[in-house]
This record gives sequence, C-alpha cells and structure tokens, in this order.
Amino acid sequence: MPTMTYRQAVTEAIATEMRKDDSIVFFGEDVAKAGGVFKVTPGIYEEFGPLRVRDTPISEQAIIGAALGAAITGLRPVAELMFADFIPVAMDQIVNQVAKYRFMSGGQFTVPLTIRASQGAGGGFGTQHSQCAESWLMNFPGLKVVAPSTPADMYGLLRAAIRDDDPVIVLEHKSLYNLVGEVDLNAAPEALGTAEVIRRGEDITLVATQQMLHRALEAADKLAEEGIKPEVIDLRTLVPLDGATILRSVQRTSRLIIVEEAPRLGGWGASVAALVADEGLFYLDAPIKRVNMENALIAYSPVLEDEIIPNAQKIEKAVRQLLS
Amino acid sequence: MVKIRLAEEEIQNLFMANLVRGTTHLAIGQEACAAGVALALSKGDTVTCTYRGHGHALALGMSLRSLMAEMMGKESGACKGRGGSMHMTDKSIGLLGANAIVGAQLPIAMGAALTAQVKRAGAIAVTFFGDGAANIGLFHESMNMASVWKLPLLFICENNLYGEYSHIRETTPIDDIADRAAAYAMPGLIVDGQDVEAVYAATESAARRARNGEGPTLLELKTYRYGGHSRADTGPYRKPGELAQWQERDPIDILTARMFADGELDQEEFLEIKDAMAQEVFDAVEWAKAEPFPSLQSLDDFVYASGRRPCLR
Repeated sequence: MPTMTYRQAVTEAIATEMRKDDSIVFFGEDVAKAGGVFKVTPGIYEEFGPLRVRDTPISEQAIIGAALGAAITGLRPVAELMFADFIPVAMDQIVNQVAKYRFMSGGQFTVPLTIRASQGAGGGFGTQHSQCAESWLMNFPGLKVVAPSTPADMYGLLRAAIRDDDPVIVLEHKSLYNLVGEVDLNAAPEALGTAEVIRRGEDITLVATQQMLHRALEAADKLAEEGIKPEVIDLRTLVPLDGATILRSVQRTSRLIIVEEAPRLGGWGASVAALVADEGLFYLDAPIKRVNMENALIAYSPVLEDEIIPNAQKIEKAVRQLLS
Repeated sequence: MVKIRLAEEEIQNLFMANLVRGTTHLAIGQEACAAGVALALSKGDTVTCTYRGHGHALALGMSLRSLMAEMMGKESGACKGRGGSMHMTDKSIGLLGANAIVGAQLPIAMGAALTAQVKRAGAIAVTFFGDGAANIGLFHESMNMASVWKLPLLFICENNLYGEYSHIRETTPIDDIADRAAAYAMPGLIVDGQDVEAVYAATESAARRARNGEGPTLLELKTYRYGGHSRADTGPYRKPGELAQWQERDPIDILTARMFADGELDQEEFLEIKDAMAQEVFDAVEWAKAEPFPSLQSLDDFVYASGRRPCLR
C-alpha cells in the first residue's frame, strides 16, 4: 500500500474523482495555478485545465453561491474556502442557501457540493486563522460535516463527500498536512457518518477528532504504561454523528471523556455529552468530562497558543482524575 | 402581465384572509419586467429571482395551481409547501428559485451560468434583483466574477426606487444602478421597465451577446411597485402623487394602448382575455384551497438527498 501525506491525500482524492466524473469542477482562491496556499492541490489545474479548475477572486460568498448554482444545474463542484476562519464570510450562502436549497424547493434540487477548508490551531497563525469550524456548522440541518484525521480517511472521506448528493463540508486540519500514512488508492470511498474505534480499551472512552485524536492516542500510550486502557474513538464525521458507536463503547467502558480543540461552550462535545446523558446515562460510573480549549481566544504568541490547546498531558490528567 | 396582476391581487386577498401566512411581496406595477425578460429566454435557460417573485414565476410559465397551492402551504404546491411565497421554485421551467435573502440569488445564477459555460450548452442564466440588492456585497462579488469568467449571465436590476421602506436617494449615491456596470467592464443599459417591448428587446440583445460568449450584461429596468414593501404596507413613506404619476405609465395600459392603435387587439378581445384569466385565477385558488397540507410524517423529507438523519443511534 502506498504511503502519502494527509496533504497528498487531498490532491489524490480530488484528482481521482475528477478523472472518473467530468461534471466535477474545482475552484477557490489560489487553488489552480498556485496549487493552493498550503500546496494541497498542485497539478490539478495542469491535469484538468482552465474550464474545470479555476482561481477565483477573493470573494468567499460568490465562491459558495456559484458552487451552489453549479451544483443544482448539473455540475458537482468542489469549492475551497482556504482557511475555515473565512467560513463566516460566506455564512449566509452556506447556511441559508446551500443547506436549505433542497428543502426549500421541496426536493426539486439536490446539492452535490463539497466545500473544503483548512482549520485548527498550532501554526502560529493568530486568532483569525486558527479556529475549528465544525461546531459552527452542526446546527444547520441539510449540511454534512466531515473532519478526517489520517491520510487514509482524508482520501476516503473526501472522495465520499464529492460523490455525495448532499452538501458536505470537509475540514482539513492544518497541523496534519505533513502526517504520513498508508492509503489504499483502490479502496471504496468511506461511508459518511461512521465513527471508528482507533484503539480498543476497556477503562474509559475518549472521543476526539483530528489533532485532538492524535493527542488522545499519545495520552493513551502513556496511560497504557500505567495499566490504564483507554478506548479511543475517531468521530470522522460530525454530521451525521455516529451516536451508536459512542454509546456502544461507553456501555463497555462506563466512562467518557470528550476531547475537543474548540471552545467549550456550544462545542460539538456538548452534543455528544447530551446524547450519552440522554441515552446512555445508566452505562456511566462517573460524570462525563470534556477536555477543551477554555472559553478564550487563540493568541499569536507561541506560549499562549500551546497553553490553550489541549495536549496529551491534559488528557492524561483528566483520565486519571476520572478513574481515581 | 394581466395574469400576474390578477393573481397578485388575489394573493393580497388571501393574505388578508390569513390563507397566506407570514409575509408576501407583490410586484403589481412591475409586470413588464418579468414578462419582457421571460419572453426573451429559451428552453434550458435558468433564472433566480427575488422574494418579489410571483410575477417572474408566472411569466416563466409556472402553473397558477402550483403557485397558489404553494402560497397556501399545500403538498401540491411547487415546493410541496416547504417554500412559500418567498421561495417559488420550479425546475421544470428553469426557475432555480426566488430568494428571501436580499442579493443571495445573484451568485446562484452565476453558478448556473458556469454550468452552461462548462457544458457548452448555449444556455444563459438570468438573475433578477432590486435596487436594494445593488448595495449588497454579493452584487460586487458576482458582477466581478461573472465578468472575469465571461459567463453567460444577465443581471436584471428592477429599480423600483425603494429598498424595503427607504427611497433610493437615501441609500444610494447615484440614480442609475446601470452606471456601476462600467466598474466591471460590462455593458450597463437603462431600460423603460414599464414597456414590455423595450424590456424584451434589451433582454434579447443582451442574451444574444451572452450566448455568443461575450459575457454578462447589466440591465437596469426603471419600474415601480404600486403597493408597499410587504404585507399590509401601503407605502405611506412615498411622496404624495408619486404613485399616481407611475400609474399613468401602467405596463398593461402601455401595451394595450399600442395594440389597440395597431389594430392587433380591440377592447372587447382584451376584456375576454381578462375575464378568462380572472376565471383561471379563481379556479386555481379554489382548487388550491381544497388541496391537502403535507402529512405530519413528512417533516424530515427533503432535508437530505440520502435521507439519513443527522444523528445516528
């Protein structure tokens, strides 16, 4: 099986699908001739040409609106918003138009549209270029939200998103672009809406995504040395949310910690906690805990940025506290 | 135009009788804009329009039954009762949708024009918007991007002098929205929006240009809405005499006067047409009243094409 970076997995997923389906077009700011600001899409323009691959003006609302209009008239667009922090610039188009278009038309239209954006902290980009966007987008029925954590998942989930007949927002974590992993290029696209148990364990369930998943796995390694066996679940898709996998795990471990990069209040972890409180309360031997960024903002200064984002030590500490 | 006028008068009655809920925005007085543009379009062309969009829908050929049932939230409405007055959509006639967010429809038509360009279909897209939307950021973004990409797209500004309750002089530093086309290197033409033949001619010529790959055009149709912005608003903020002055240039009167003079129509024939259309509107309303509402089991329908629920347990 070939190995590649998370970044290359994005390129491969787009190129693979574009080769299969002429109706896929790809556009965004600097994605064509420059190959993307994070060099995520080099070669796509060269292979597929200026009709299907386009650099846009810096016009986030128009990018999403155009992608929507193209999606309902027979194309299958992949639109890039560069930084997920720019999603709010296009928020009306995403939440009032894209999410609702099928519904408002009484099912006359489907919206086979993929929106990509890079998100997350850890790169010293400051407070307007470091946020996680998934929780902003979960309260809008009609959207699907995907957050891949590995090169294999990026390849599989992005391809699934492009093939999906509903609008899917694929959030790429900036800190993972150089992560290397095996990718089966011949695998069938993943199903959206399935979480995966990454590490089996019996003492406690840790639920996370992306950068926090890798930190949870790091914490689990450390805890294993002490004989504590956490089970680690990668959500992979926030909407649809795979509640069944979480509940099954909690039923076995009786304890749950949700690790989330974004601020605590209103975060997706609260929805996971509410789901387990609702439907799995009697599985629990301890309160549900969340490890989050506090309700503060991401500073430019490296010491402050490092401090605010949950790390393996903070996750380990929370596990020990809950088990004591 | 007559059908639009009669249908909208009836819609106002239905709103007052509480059979149409929420809000509704009438385009009485602006009928020539919708009719003239629609006449110049071909099968395969697509349109997005404003929440003042009943006229656009009817001009493009939406059935009165489908429209009236949608107005009343019935399952047999164009959008199965999920859309309502502000979201009239009919894929079968190329109407991609009216939009309840000012200006949001512009880039959606641009995307349809992109599809036409990529598929080399020879089709064009049209977006209707008001003078108010010319002050929304998306006006700038869409005009710019459409021009850069030379998309087959017509920007049709129905300048009825009022953005909701405010006169254009209070919100916009220029009188003619068409002036803004120059900033996007596209033609910007001022058209008499009360004269359906003028609207048709201007649209036809801009459409030909777009189909030839020469890019988008901005048409500013000078028009006037006889009613207020929405609901029961009668427009008391308007200058005394302004409405009467515009009613002297009524789009239906302008066309019929010309046809009477040319011998293409006589008063009797016109009254027959009017009576037949009034009957059609009446029949559609009565039919729609008797139609069922959506079933309560259908709440989740049309949210996702895949039919999957957002949380799986």
